[in-house]
Amino acid sequence: MRKMVLAMLLVFLTAVVSFAQTPVAINGAGATFPQPVYAKWAHKYAELTKNRINYQGIGSGGGIAQIKAKTVDFGGTDEPLKAVDLESLGVFQFPTVMGGVVPVLNVKGMEAGRLALDGPTLANIFLGKITKWNDAEIKKLNPDLKLPDKDITVVHRSDGSGTTFIFTSYLSTVSPKWKEQVGTGKAVKWPAKNSVGAKGNPGVAGQVQNIDGAIGYVEFAYAHQNKIPYARLKNKAGVLVAPNLESFQAAAANADWKKAPPGFSLLLIDQPGKGSWPIVGLTWILIYKDQPDAVKGKAILKFFDWCFKHGGDMAKELHYVTLPAAVVEVVEAAWAKEIKAAGKSLWP
Amino acid sequence: MAGGEGGFAARPFSLSSQEIKLSRSENPAFSEVTVGLGAETAKRHQKDRVYRGDTVFRGLTAGCALTIPLLMAAIFIALLSYSLPTLREFGLHFFLSEEWNPVSQQFGAASSIFGTLVSTIIAMVIAIPLSLAIALLLVELAPPGLSRVVGTLIELLAAIPSIIYGMWGMFVFAPFMSSHIQPLVKRWLGFLPLFQGPPMGLGLLTAGIILSFMVLPFICAITRDVFQMVPAIIKESAYGMGATTWEVTYKVTIPYGLVGIIGAFFLGLGRALGETMAVTFVIGNSHKISASLFAPGNSIASCLANEFAEATESLYISSLVTLGLVLFVITYLVQVVCQLMLKRMYRAWSVGL
Repeated sequence: MRKMVLAMLLVFLTAVVSFAQTPVAINGAGATFPQPVYAKWAHKYAELTKNRINYQGIGSGGGIAQIKAKTVDFGGTDEPLKAVDLESLGVFQFPTVMGGVVPVLNVKGMEAGRLALDGPTLANIFLGKITKWNDAEIKKLNPDLKLPDKDITVVHRSDGSGTTFIFTSYLSTVSPKWKEQVGTGKAVKWPAKNSVGAKGNPGVAGQVQNIDGAIGYVEFAYAHQNKIPYARLKNKAGVLVAPNLESFQAAAANADWKKAPPGFSLLLIDQPGKGSWPIVGLTWILIYKDQPDAVKGKAILKFFDWCFKHGGDMAKELHYVTLPAAVVEVVEAAWAKEIKAAGKSLWP
Repeated sequence: MAGGEGGFAARPFSLSSQEIKLSRSENPAFSEVTVGLGAETAKRHQKDRVYRGDTVFRGLTAGCALTIPLLMAAIFIALLSYSLPTLREFGLHFFLSEEWNPVSQQFGAASSIFGTLVSTIIAMVIAIPLSLAIALLLVELAPPGLSRVVGTLIELLAAIPSIIYGMWGMFVFAPFMSSHIQPLVKRWLGFLPLFQGPPMGLGLLTAGIILSFMVLPFICAITRDVFQMVPAIIKESAYGMGATTWEVTYKVTIPYGLVGIIGAFFLGLGRALGETMAVTFVIGNSHKISASLFAPGNSIASCLANEFAEATESLYISSLVTLGLVLFVITYLVQVVCQLMLKRMYRAWSVGL
């Protein structure tokens, strides 16, 4: 009996020791927007390499706070940190995936993609300047549609959100009035009199479906999965485009990545090109430039390298778009230059 | 094992000290006598032997009890210290301003405080008469079988997590409000500023109604217990004098349990003030003050639940914590009033009996 217990203890101990030696456990936390795809990647990656990547979707604010407090190995955020903050914190920032934000609506009898809008009109709706669905400005863009004499209810996010940041960035880009009155942020003061806030993408999707005459904005996956009618938008080239993976990819391909500010804090808003969807956003990873643990630091970079190169299909299943190959090269070149442990470059 | 033995032997002592406390709070008139007795017994015990186990036990329980005031103080101090930047920046204006703009970093609590109070008032206005009626039915009118079934159902209602009320409110109740109740109210009472604006189904009224469903079981269960505690002999004498059921209820049962009933209302009020998830789903989450109950608003708790996770700027976080402080103070005051009421109730009862 005693021998057996001893043997079991020995087996247990060796298991613990071997576990602690080879595979690396990496902890990250932050934005909820990319959480599904990070989780999927991490799961697959753990199967292949035994390295465990734990990512907790606690919100961008939480992600930034946690990386500042050094309780996690990497942070995630939907709103890029400013170059000044990156510099003072000694943090490196790089993008991972993109997603499109889509205006969704609930007007009786309106099918998906029937309604056409342009930036200024969308901004005027969210400003509360256009209050009826049969407003002349909407009619002008949709001469063949029968538009009802119905009040417009604006549905927005009630929680601070990267989706709101992307959407308000777009409205600020296309409408000077919006930029001046409201501005850009993860949470803003919504000016329309008739507006309702709902929590999370599912909340907005649900309210838009509940309220007759509602218009809101959600990440593409939610519009797609819930089959909520969306609007087509006129892009910078003046072409009406529908939201789909191709038009998101086009926006990324047409963006000028070489001129991206430090920390790749590029917004893929209103990009040129005939096929570009105008409201596309990125999400970023934050890691310290000076990694305290070379093994861990290397493991983080290896994981994201693997995601960039092999994670595209998994991302596509979840309606995310990975970075174009050219962009990955630029990002990894920056890794080689910036991320070090004890003065030595960690990549490649 | 000496300690264990000592603890066992000390039982009469701790019992008698408990007696002192109870009788003190119950009835001041008798307290002197009991205190005298308790002190005497305690002295005699102490003279006989020092009970080590007893001291340890007392120290242990006192230590455990001490965590509660410490926790309260810790929370209060933390809230206050995190609120200082906001209070320094905006001063009293914070509590009066409706402006809530994370982009320009202007924050004011007025719309959240307004929404918290209005939704709570609506909830209480609906829940109080309803729960009184249900409790009376259960105790006075319904056959025992039915009363047991309904009583259990009410307790089950209290056990439903608030997020489920919220989801039900958002997906079922809000559409029902917007398609059936709000148009009806609007047709008859639409001239009042209280019922203007498009019937969206969301807003302060819906939040108040959902809240009333949530506090109803709490108020109802306590009120029922209070009614059951009315001695049968008093009610029977009233019946014996030819009183009707209504007269007995109105003139005997309710006055007898009045203070207890009010205590129940305050407990419900405390719950309604701090309720978060269910309200967040249906209140409309808009930082606006509007005269109309159909209009979306927000409450302190819903605002915190919504905005805390993604708040990055320090002033933004500080303003949210200050909102938390406001809720803490409001709830604390309600609880203090509630405790005072309950104390009065005990006093009233000991005199009555």
